[in-house]
Amino acid sequence: MLIDDRMIQGIFFYIFALIAIISAIMVTVSRNTVHSVFFLILDFVSISCLFIMSGAEFLGMIMLIVYVGAVAVLFLFVVMMLNVAQQENEWFQSKKSKEQNSSHIPVGFLISTIIFFELIVVIGGWKLKPEIFSNLKPEVMSGATNTHSIGSVLYTDYIHLFQISGMILLVSMIGAIVLTYKKRVGLKRQSYIRQISREKISGVEIVTVDKNKGVKIDV
Amino acid sequence: MFEINLGHYLTLSAIIFTIGVAGIFLNRKNIIVILMSIELILLAVNINLVSFSVFLGDLTGQIFTLFILTVAAAEAAIGLAIIVVYFRNAGTIRVEEIDKLKG
Repeated sequence: MLIDDRMIQGIFFYIFALIAIISAIMVTVSRNTVHSVFFLILDFVSISCLFIMSGAEFLGMIMLIVYVGAVAVLFLFVVMMLNVAQQENEWFQSKKSKEQNSSHIPVGFLISTIIFFELIVVIGGWKLKPEIFSNLKPEVMSGATNTHSIGSVLYTDYIHLFQISGMILLVSMIGAIVLTYKKRVGLKRQSYIRQISREKISGVEIVTVDKNKGVKIDV
Repeated sequence: MFEINLGHYLTLSAIIFTIGVAGIFLNRKNIIVILMSIELILLAVNINLVSFSVFLGDLTGQIFTLFILTVAAAEAAIGLAIIVVYFRNAGTIRVEEIDKLKG
């Protein structure tokens, strides 16, 4: 049997897609939350392998850095900090109300299968408009790499969006700090305003000390 | 069958999207898993954009994917900060006990 490049590509696509789907299922059904985070990492890694395979190398690498390096580690930190790893993630049981709880499971399955079949119908039935190919912007330089051409588009045509996304990151960073900042009472801190505005009158007090009595200092 | 075209990628993205939506609907215990399901949904959207971009030869989809990555990272940071604050105040993040709003 002849094995050519297309067939190897297909085999690798099916391997990566299978790993991605199985780990996505395991993210939602896994009982331990730490295992869910690990399967999320596996999912992102296999999807970024698919991106690299299909020719979007820059985005595959960025997915690895951003998701696996930052977001998944953030999830792990929160899971381990809140000690919810042993909290079981069960679908079919509820401690509070068993009879009230049984209604959302079939409805949830029904709605998600309906969404899936709608998506399949759309995927099976669409086709491109013929005039779309005249509107496409081709790759900027024919010999350039993916990273090079993304950079040449991103910093020229989309520079405002790029700066707005930087502002979004800044705002989210400030928001996360403000949300989790807790002012603790009873903590001695340096107060610059009190230090600077201190005067000689209030800082020094001259007392006349009686002999053989000593002095009592009130703070 | 081994000829990979756009439909394969779109089907993969539809499957992952549906798994994410089902994870949001059916999860009753842990709100962090719901956040992870949202990440799965955003990942499915990214697969759609990148595969259209690659198969049509237009770079706009990949640029959009970069912005979606940015927004997803910001959303994860804010969501986890809210979860930490809620856990500090209420002592639990189980989904069935978060019913203060009586919705």
